[in-house]
Amino acid sequence: MSLGPYASFIVTSYGLVAVVVLLLIVWIAIDFRRQKQRLRELEESGVIRRSGRAAADIR
Amino acid sequence: MSLIDLANPTRFLSLTARVLPWLAGATAILLVIGLYESAMAPDDYQQGATVKIMFVHVPNAWLSMFVWGVMSIAALGTLVWRHPLADVAAKAAAPIGAAFTFLALVTGSLWGRPMWGTYWEWDARLTSVLILFLMYLGLMALWRAVEDPTRAARAAAILTLVGAINLPIIKFSVDWWNTLHQPASVFRMGGPTLDRAFLIPLLVMAVAFSLLFVTLHLAAMRNEILRRRVRSLQMMQASQQPA
Repeated sequence: MSLGPYASFIVTSYGLVAVVVLLLIVWIAIDFRRQKQRLRELEESGVIRRSGRAAADIR
Repeated sequence: MSLIDLANPTRFLSLTARVLPWLAGATAILLVIGLYESAMAPDDYQQGATVKIMFVHVPNAWLSMFVWGVMSIAALGTLVWRHPLADVAAKAAAPIGAAFTFLALVTGSLWGRPMWGTYWEWDARLTSVLILFLMYLGLMALWRAVEDPTRAARAAAILTLVGAINLPIIKFSVDWWNTLHQPASVFRMGGPTLDRAFLIPLLVMAVAFSLLFVTLHLAAMRNEILRRRVRSLQMMQASQQPA
């Protein structure tokens, strides 16, 4: 597969899309872990939801 | 499970835990198929291999507008129906929409340089999409600036609905004004003008990116619900402490 004289523009476009999509995935995954960790810490310190259910349990 | 059941954040979290792995798997499979089809697509007789940029540029451009449309429906949910998950949906969608709009602008610019001889032109299509990107950033700044989520949600919902005026301007800018950007070639009266060799990879990539958005959006909504639980527990903790 030859990309011709403008190969750098094509490769940069696909590469940039891959990087931004990966950053979005990683950011969302890290945010999920962080929120679960905060909820666990709060529950361990004795703060409990009014429903009595564990806030970090999402199943 | 009916739609109204999803108004309960706990039920929504339970649903997302079940569907997210399937959605992520389907997205990955479709992206691989789309990328293979894009790589195998023939060169265009005028543009050569640079036509391959279309397979990433167009899905991002479509989604940049679609996400704002989703946020506009969520804004109605906040203002009219007061749905408990409406502003969660809008807030979670904004950074994803901003990322798609950024990619549409940059890949369009990288496609424009070899085809038009310039990275940027202040024509109606490019400028209106740049305004959309700035509106996404403005909304995200508004959510961060107002501490109370309820007040932030109402202000953001109004701004989102006002900003929705930009969507038809973006869509029809190539018809209403003389622009460097080409007119619509897929969603148009009389059907697509694209050859099947380009149309099929483009549609596969568009579906793959749409699934990617649904997956990321549900995951970001889940995070936002957990963030609000953290906030309410922190407020309970603060109120329990002796003065």
